[in-house]
Amino acid sequence: MLEGHLDILLIAIVTAVACALLGVFLVLRRMTLMSDAISHAILPGIVLAFFLTHSLSSPLLILAAAGTGVLTVVCVELLERTKLVKEDAAIGLTFPALFSIGVILISRFAGNVHLDMDAVLLGELAYAPLNRLKAFGYDLGPVSLYVMGTILVLNLVFICLFYKELKLATFDASLAAALGLAPTVIHYGLMTLVSVTTVGAFDAVGSILVVALIAGPPATAYLMTDRLSRMLILSAIIGSVNAVSGYGVAFLFDVSIAGSIATMTLLIFVLVFLVVPNRGLIAIARRHARQKWEFAQTMLVIHLFNHEGLPEAETESAIADLHEHLSWDPGFTSQVVRYALNNRCVSRKETQLILTAHGRTIAQQALVQ
Amino acid sequence: MENLSILTHLDYTLMIVAIGAALLGAVSGALGSYAVLRRQSLLGDAISHAALPGIAIAFLLTGSKTPLILVLGAAIAGWLGTLLILSIVRLTRIKYDSALGIVLSTFFGFGLVLHTLIQRTGNANQAGLDTFLFGQAATLLERDVLTIGILGGIALTVMLIFWKELKLLVFDEGFAASIGFPIRTLDILLTSLLVVAIVLGLQAVGAVLMSAMLVAPAVAARQWTDRLRLMVFLAACFGALAGVSGTIISSTASRIPTGPTIVLCATVVVGFSIVFAPNRGLVWDRIRQQRNRRNLKMETSRY
Repeated sequence: MLEGHLDILLIAIVTAVACALLGVFLVLRRMTLMSDAISHAILPGIVLAFFLTHSLSSPLLILAAAGTGVLTVVCVELLERTKLVKEDAAIGLTFPALFSIGVILISRFAGNVHLDMDAVLLGELAYAPLNRLKAFGYDLGPVSLYVMGTILVLNLVFICLFYKELKLATFDASLAAALGLAPTVIHYGLMTLVSVTTVGAFDAVGSILVVALIAGPPATAYLMTDRLSRMLILSAIIGSVNAVSGYGVAFLFDVSIAGSIATMTLLIFVLVFLVVPNRGLIAIARRHARQKWEFAQTMLVIHLFNHEGLPEAETESAIADLHEHLSWDPGFTSQVVRYALNNRCVSRKETQLILTAHGRTIAQQALVQ
Repeated sequence: MENLSILTHLDYTLMIVAIGAALLGAVSGALGSYAVLRRQSLLGDAISHAALPGIAIAFLLTGSKTPLILVLGAAIAGWLGTLLILSIVRLTRIKYDSALGIVLSTFFGFGLVLHTLIQRTGNANQAGLDTFLFGQAATLLERDVLTIGILGGIALTVMLIFWKELKLLVFDEGFAASIGFPIRTLDILLTSLLVVAIVLGLQAVGAVLMSAMLVAPAVAARQWTDRLRLMVFLAACFGALAGVSGTIISSTASRIPTGPTIVLCATVVVGFSIVFAPNRGLVWDRIRQQRNRRNLKMETSRY
């Protein structure tokens, strides 16, 4: 029983890391939805290969699906090149059409054979370890672990070998082309790998949730770093964390594993979105609040500075009347005064507010700017 | 005599389904025009997937399978998903496509989790999820068609009332903002209209194919005209045409699902428009190129 858990966890982690690594480049190249399109559009390829081989585990299936995936990319680009259709619409036209063909093929001709639509669309990780690789009478582990492992190694090799090319093609495609780095070849290489990875991940998570594995971890990592190398490592780690925690939740509540991994992907993304330093929602809100008070404090010291040493200074700096001179709300004014007192920009002298040396510098600096 | 009554009965069912599909095609075609023009073609895909947890929660809370309650749940979830997408794009450097991808897949995943919970309590059957994914146009009843007609009619009326504002939002958002139109409110209004169209379509064509119902008629209509008014009208017509022809074709043979057939019909309309539409179409373009080449040759040979 424990071994079964371990198998599932390993498959989930390997799948998540394989998807997350490729996803980094898709997210940066604004092509995330191409993975959505590919994952749906390869259905007719899988169906046709299934008719030919009558088996769901044949390697021909992966080849056929990868071929259909690349065909999808070509179709989208051809449509775009007519200049009659924008990229998003081209994607939105291509994959439903191919997917429809797949659905019609299945319901028309495959009614009695075992090709379950749910299995293709949703996957079931719990069954993945049941199909085992056996050789010489030894049980070598689940087949999908080997399939996904191979795909992960492929992706790693591709990224390591073409790291420089990928980086340049992602951030400056025209420079890459000018330097003779063939961004088109890199692009199609990437798309082929996305297709292969998507098919491989079918077993585990199905075609809709592949997008969660591909888009979720890289987008989360994108919030945390500015370096491509760090983003790759972080997104692999986040992918694994999503997979492990998702499996834990699924085990606790006895619900769909793939679904919980996707749910954890969303939760961890939202968590990072909230708390990450500098770019997180909380950091942004705090920065806005601080800017508001600092701006008000600057207005206050400038007001005091303008009238400092002049005959009207006594009335202009009376704490009780400040809100009228600055035309602020009285409550807000007293809060600003407290803020400025805390920062030692001003000090209290009987009923008046006077500038400290620090406050005077602030006012002078603000006026110079 | 008995045969005849079965025949008329079949025809009646077919007619109801065809009317429903036509209404749906018209509503989603008209509203999809805006999505396509704003380059948000895939928003429909995201909304339709994000609706699943809403349906599940509505069922868990009320325990009823009344379409209206489930539709309401779907609408709320789809709407929340869209708001999340918009705020991710506004507040972070994550781009629109990634935000769409995340919301689409993770909301759907959460819906799947809820669905397994429901299944475990034994209250529902697997058919619920299949219907959500692929739709069951054949099960459309008079009541459903009436719902589609009324809600779709309301959505189209709202679109007509705010015609000028929405047009400005689509073509020049910056200008609209500068002359004081509440851009964000209009954006949310337009999205809400899309949500209505999508939620109505879920039962007929399902989540996976709903995006095509928004995109295809609008893209086809775009090829024939440069005027928004004509484009929206044509898109509605093309949508209705795809709905009716898809229903009829799928009824001629057994085991051809209606939803995918409607989508393929719409795709054929797009293909035809891209190739043959006057002015923009590929054939027209080729003819113009050849004429230009000939003219150029004549001009140059003169000297």
